[in-house]
Amino acid sequence: MLTDYEMVCGIETHVELASKTKIFCGCSTAFGGEPNTHCCPVCLGLPGALPVLSSEVVRLAVKAGLALNCSINLHSHMDRKNYTYPDLPKAYQISQFDEPLCVGGFVTLDSGKRIGITRIHIEEDAGKLVHGSEGTFVDYNRAGVPLIEIVSEPDISTPEEAREYTEKLRLIMRYADISDCRMQEGQMRCDVNLSLRLHGSDTFGTRTETKNINSFGNIVKAMNLEIGRQAAVLDAGGTVIRETMRYDEDANRIVSMRSKEGFDDYRFFPEPDIPRFSIDEAEINDIRASIPELPFEKRERYIKELGLSEYNADHLYRYKNVCAFFEAVINTGATPRNTANLIIVTIFSGFSTEGEKEDFDIRVTAQEMAKLVKYLDEKKISMQTASKTLLSMLETGEGADSFISPEDLTDVDADELLALCQKAVEENPKAADDVRSGTDKAINVLKGHVMKNSRGRADSAEAERIIRSLL
Amino acid sequence: MNTLFELSEKLKKREISSLELTKAYIGRIDEKNPLLNAVVHKTYDKALALAERADKRLAEGNAPLLCGIPVLLKDNICSEGDLTTCCSKMLSGYRPPYDATAWKRLEEQGMVLLGKTNMDEFAFGSTSETSCYGAPKNPVDPSFITGGSSGGSAAAVSAGFAPVALGSDTGGSVRQPASFCGVVGLKPTYGAVSRYGLIAYASSFDQIGVFAGSVKEAGVLFGAIRGTDSHDMTTCAGFYSAGKRQDGELSAASAGRRLKLAIVRELSDGIDEDVKNTLERARAYFSGTGAEIAEVSIPSLVSALPAYYIIACAEASSNLGRYDGVRYGHRAEGAASFEELAVKSRNEGFGDEVKRRIMLGTYVLSGGYYDAWYRKACEVRETVARGFLKTFEKYDVILAPTSPFIVPRFGEKRGAADLYRADMCTAPANLSGLPAISVPSGTDRNGMPIGLQIIGNRFDEETVLFAAEKLEQGLKPQHDTWGGYAC
Repeated sequence: MLTDYEMVCGIETHVELASKTKIFCGCSTAFGGEPNTHCCPVCLGLPGALPVLSSEVVRLAVKAGLALNCSINLHSHMDRKNYTYPDLPKAYQISQFDEPLCVGGFVTLDSGKRIGITRIHIEEDAGKLVHGSEGTFVDYNRAGVPLIEIVSEPDISTPEEAREYTEKLRLIMRYADISDCRMQEGQMRCDVNLSLRLHGSDTFGTRTETKNINSFGNIVKAMNLEIGRQAAVLDAGGTVIRETMRYDEDANRIVSMRSKEGFDDYRFFPEPDIPRFSIDEAEINDIRASIPELPFEKRERYIKELGLSEYNADHLYRYKNVCAFFEAVINTGATPRNTANLIIVTIFSGFSTEGEKEDFDIRVTAQEMAKLVKYLDEKKISMQTASKTLLSMLETGEGADSFISPEDLTDVDADELLALCQKAVEENPKAADDVRSGTDKAINVLKGHVMKNSRGRADSAEAERIIRSLL
Repeated sequence: MNTLFELSEKLKKREISSLELTKAYIGRIDEKNPLLNAVVHKTYDKALALAERADKRLAEGNAPLLCGIPVLLKDNICSEGDLTTCCSKMLSGYRPPYDATAWKRLEEQGMVLLGKTNMDEFAFGSTSETSCYGAPKNPVDPSFITGGSSGGSAAAVSAGFAPVALGSDTGGSVRQPASFCGVVGLKPTYGAVSRYGLIAYASSFDQIGVFAGSVKEAGVLFGAIRGTDSHDMTTCAGFYSAGKRQDGELSAASAGRRLKLAIVRELSDGIDEDVKNTLERARAYFSGTGAEIAEVSIPSLVSALPAYYIIACAEASSNLGRYDGVRYGHRAEGAASFEELAVKSRNEGFGDEVKRRIMLGTYVLSGGYYDAWYRKACEVRETVARGFLKTFEKYDVILAPTSPFIVPRFGEKRGAADLYRADMCTAPANLSGLPAISVPSGTDRNGMPIGLQIIGNRFDEETVLFAAEKLEQGLKPQHDTWGGYAC
């Protein structure tokens, strides 16, 4: 029975750093590109070429460490991890073995539980094999692209926690400009180490490692499959063997790649081509100062200081560019609530993917948005008008005043509003009767009539009050 | 006999053109190389083009000292578009798409590249006999070996194929063949010369070095290639102060100083009688010049050679992993999988000594053996470095033999362990990254050259060259070699 077991899981996450150049040479890290065009003697590992460690990469990795509450090793060095594979041009990966840049951090889940971060180290990515009808080819454009590997403690107890942990990692990386974490481009890949043990046991079971999972959904699916597989093995009295697995997305199944008898012997030793390096406290403080407010602090502040609803805060804080826009608008004095509502209701209605919200590439400036929100704040226009105007602004890139006439901005006075309400009741006798006989939603027809005839200027709550009194 | 300085003078006065000089050296190589086998790849087209370019600069005036002078590079130093094969079948046909920094700097000076010289395969050896092109022969007497691994460069300078040449020294590979061929061989401080473009053997020891007919000429060539390089993080500016020797001339302060020399017991124990006698003559000579000279002991040196071989093989096993037949060099036919391709290509491409060192290196890095071998060797390395440092607190330089034995004949039976012992006197300098030079100092019972070594403190090439020049003045033997210069 599955319920007899508890899961123990730790995740190794590879994150491609947002550096324009590779870790050991000046070649571009741009995704795509004709095969083998972003290459030089260094990243091709040609005989005689030597690596030169990018200081930007070290800084980004330190930034990642600080953003994940790690302590930074002031002295560090690179190691060679030796193994042979055609996509690895030197037959060793330059990585860090026993002296990683960052150690001992954590990520806090919504429940308050902390997932420990054992270490973060820097390393180079490998190239890519391209299998074609004429054979297998190697593209080394990705070789030497800088990565950090974030290793968690085995603190993850459910697939949902794994999902939340990795989602939070991604948000933090994006927020602090450490990585774009575009998962479809492989900029964030997770290796899930998972084992089962009887509830209450204090020894670990044998773990398997499912490598290179590239979406949050797949992490959950792969983990559920692996939990089921291991439980079935244990239930049948078998033993789980230490294996490297792969999640086959198309077939939704876990496939064994190779069993690890004993251990992989990577023959690590200190990289002689790169001297030991140091980071001083002043540099660390500079990097710390460059880390912006992180997403979960932001969410807190939006709710506690700006008075946003949790709903609104949750819809904003995940998207760094949205937050930047939102904050630029409210910094001019526009109210947070109206600004948030217009963003979430009107602007987001034009986006169909998360990616579009993340990019938040819109044609409206914060200044024009602020002008519009202020009309709304001062009740010069209704929410409906504001929304309609905003849609026109988004479409044309023109300012708010292009769509709002001075006449629109004159208030509907009490006499005019009364007259509009009377007219609505007279011209919609059926709706009026419906309201009288208890079909309350018919009031919307009458209200809509008032709003339409006032070109949206009327205060709809006030209009409803008058209509009810008339009926 | 023309030195580098005389040739430069003639070029500047336009008594001879670089093109004429280059053609003269080419003629000499074409005549004598078939017997000596010192040059394995000729770059004559490039040489003629570079010579023409040098002549233009010379005509304009203000050309650097080395402008228009021919040079040879060891077959493990990359030059764009030219065969660079480490004398291994594994790299047959390989033409690097870029220049090694050391060569680039010489090219910027206007030097003319004549070709690549013979060497032990991947520089693994001390005889040059493991070359896939066959061994080079000693110009002093072709029935003797040249030593190695930079045997081709040593033989080439000795035979007058070029006034100067570059080699590489990981455990003695410049100094030992220089000693055997009767020329000067300088291994600079680790980090003094960029390794970018030097095909790696053991990265933490490898250093490009120079061969020349005299200490002064070696100093000039070293001055042209040394210095930091943004392509090599292990290069280091060192402590070359203004006014220190950079162009082969002594600074005034150095010229009159009283040298303090140490003879290290562990470096001169168990050496051949003829070598010992030469060392004694050097000791007497230095004493006679008023220098202070004393015998000291650095006990950790007894473990230096094994430590050197453990670390060198470990690094080599990693450095040579990349030769898998996928991207360049030898590719085996008919392999069905990557693994088969790599295994077959390596099996066919590498010679026995290379395979031996890869296996040794893989073993000492393997799980369960790392602590006993590699880590221990690194500890020895640190102890040795401290021992040298202490010696240099009291003494300017160390005087030592270059090779523990005299030049062997071809065909003399030697086991692998004997060959490894060849590095006994030279490898300690690599282990500690120290500058060292071999200077021709005597003749053995066969009439072959014997070189002695001056080892100095890190980045103190100035004192090393100063002491070496003294040694040269005092002991330089005259060998009836094929040497001399083409013009």
